[in-house]
Amino acid sequence: MILCAGVNTPAHLLSTLTIMSFFVAEHITKNYASHRALDDVSIEIPEGAIYGLLGPNGAGKTSLIRIITQITGPDSGQLFFKGKPLAISDMSRIGYLPEERGLYKKMKVGEQAVYLARLKGISRSEAIRQLKAWFEKFGIAAWWDKKVEELSKGMAQKVQFITTVLHQPEMLIFDEPFSGFDPINVELLKKEILELRQKGTTIIFSTHNMSSVEEICSHIALINKSHKIVEGPINEIREKYANNSYQLSIRPNDEIDVEELAGKEFEVLSNRTEGIRQDIVLQKLTDCPTNTLLSRFIGHTDILSYDKIIPSMHDIFIKLVKEQ
Amino acid sequence: MNKIFIIIGREFTTRVKKKSFLITTIAVPLLFVAFYAFLMWMMLKKDTQERQIAVINASSIKTPLEKINNTNFIYTDENITQEESADYLQKNGYYAILWIPANVMEEADITINSFSQIPPELESNIHTQLQNKIENIKKAAVITETNLPDLEKKLNATKTPVKIRTLKQSDTGEAKESSSAIASIIGLIAGMAIYMFIFLYASVVMRGVIEEKTNRIIEVLVSSVKPFQFLMGKIIGVASVGLVQFLIWIFIGLISVMALLSAFMPNIDMESLRNTTDLVAMAQTNNLDVEQLEMVKNIAQTIAPSYIISFFAAFIFFFLAGYLLYASIFAAIGAAVDNETDSQQFMTPLTIVLVAALYIGIAAMRNPETSIVYWASFVPFTSPVVMLVRMAFGVPTWELLVSAALLIAAFIFFTWLSAKIYRVGILMYGKKPSWKELYKWLKY
Repeated sequence: MILCAGVNTPAHLLSTLTIMSFFVAEHITKNYASHRALDDVSIEIPEGAIYGLLGPNGAGKTSLIRIITQITGPDSGQLFFKGKPLAISDMSRIGYLPEERGLYKKMKVGEQAVYLARLKGISRSEAIRQLKAWFEKFGIAAWWDKKVEELSKGMAQKVQFITTVLHQPEMLIFDEPFSGFDPINVELLKKEILELRQKGTTIIFSTHNMSSVEEICSHIALINKSHKIVEGPINEIREKYANNSYQLSIRPNDEIDVEELAGKEFEVLSNRTEGIRQDIVLQKLTDCPTNTLLSRFIGHTDILSYDKIIPSMHDIFIKLVKEQ
Repeated sequence: MNKIFIIIGREFTTRVKKKSFLITTIAVPLLFVAFYAFLMWMMLKKDTQERQIAVINASSIKTPLEKINNTNFIYTDENITQEESADYLQKNGYYAILWIPANVMEEADITINSFSQIPPELESNIHTQLQNKIENIKKAAVITETNLPDLEKKLNATKTPVKIRTLKQSDTGEAKESSSAIASIIGLIAGMAIYMFIFLYASVVMRGVIEEKTNRIIEVLVSSVKPFQFLMGKIIGVASVGLVQFLIWIFIGLISVMALLSAFMPNIDMESLRNTTDLVAMAQTNNLDVEQLEMVKNIAQTIAPSYIISFFAAFIFFFLAGYLLYASIFAAIGAAVDNETDSQQFMTPLTIVLVAALYIGIAAMRNPETSIVYWASFVPFTSPVVMLVRMAFGVPTWELLVSAALLIAAFIFFTWLSAKIYRVGILMYGKKPSWKELYKWLKY
């Protein structure tokens, strides 16, 4: 989890600085004919964050994104972009890569990318210049004059990614950006997303892939059944749902009694020996310092590692959604 | 606003650049023109084949048949029977052999034997010539028999040529000669063209919308442009494709009509023909048939330049406004469904209305004064087709303006309505919506 730690550092910075919120949605409610898609949902996206928008299918994520991108309007509630009410002119400052995304099959790749760029307000010559550079970078320059239907799914996704970020929006919204990519291209895309964040772009990121959430998101919001359940910096949330359990790995030693050493402060949840390694999971029952356990074992055997078990986003997600 | 032009640009260029556009716009009409030119040439071509036909004449008439164009009749005294005819034709190299029975004056049953198929034109010429000959002989016999003075003259005087001039009475009291037959044909052709254009290009809009929806490209687009902007750009873009195609067709049509006229028609000054009163004199100076010239004069008077200009203006207006009305509704249908098959349910009522418009237009050609034709020329969904046919017979200006205003109002209203359905529909997938659901979408 070295990469994870590196990525997460700015998140700590952000949470301590509590700088101005880049994008705010307040009390958003949206009704469709037969159901309520969003019920009094408020979110706050800090500047420079990679903000994970999580939730099961049909929770209301896409409805919220469509309201943020001004594709539809909310029935009630307010939206603020950099402190000001969201306006139509902000459309060109936001980039959106929808989950269900397509291209005109019969159009040439380059022509189409230029068309999409021009709709975002870039002049034709500027669009061509920048697109050529991006195409070069993504290794699809040779496909400029090919028709879209000749592209593989991965290549089409690259084109879509490029056209989303080309106009250098201040805020980017990616809805399931990695679907359809092979692992190599997923890495390429992650690198690009992190690079964009480095340049100061605020990113909203909607996905079901929890490992990528842990890897790149600094903040998350979980939406379920039209309600926001939880929101905040990802590390704080994970910390919050940790339940005081620890994993202790030692060299196996027949002479020690694990139960006895754990004492009444710790309950042994599992105890497994595999070759030259013994993993013990314990639950802390009292408010004693965590070092208490370590000091009891330290004289009896080699200690390989001692970790507080922090639940994965995957576990938190499932726990919260099931609870509701 | 700028974005609309970018959208119009794409909708236009991607369609115009297609091979199928070039083929239907230029190659197909050229083929048609070539085909009709060929037909006319074939029809007007003189029969130049030299033929010798042997005649076995058993009747008392001396020469019942005389030279027709390049066909000569050779009278022979030999008595050839049907059975011998094949040998006889081969031996003498005649084209055919023809028997005239002895009782031809009473019962003219003629038999012609030939190895070839006798051309219908030659057959009918033989028929007419023989019939006239017999008639004349009988007539002469009657004249001598009755011995009445000037009987021949009197008989000829019983034939009275009937001519009809149709005059169009205008409000100012002057009556202008016009041929309603020709005018109504032009009106119907224009009405049918509008009917086809609406169907063709409104369907193009619908298919485009369905393509964007199923392709999910629309998801990407609506984060850059408002759905209404996009819809308008698309409709206008496709309309310009249609307009360009039509102007090219009209251009090709005019050029080829002029070319055909100069190739097959006598060279007459249309303006002087339109105003002439002495057709007979004009026919003589141009060495022409008076009847033919009269027909040409009728056409020339009906399609006078002033008529053409006002008709053309009305045509372009109804053509575009009718298309805009239907295209926006077709676009809404396209947005509501997931594929073309599902669109049938919503298309059917529109198709019925449009087909009804065409049939009312055809009815208007027969009688432009019926009440259904009158009202259909005001109802926006039928007026583009029906009003054009009515226009051929002359319509008061105020009626034309009311019809146009209603059409514009309907276009604005239905575009507003369709845009609402479109906006919701393009982002809805899954089941086919019912009419009730579409109604709900209006209220989103």
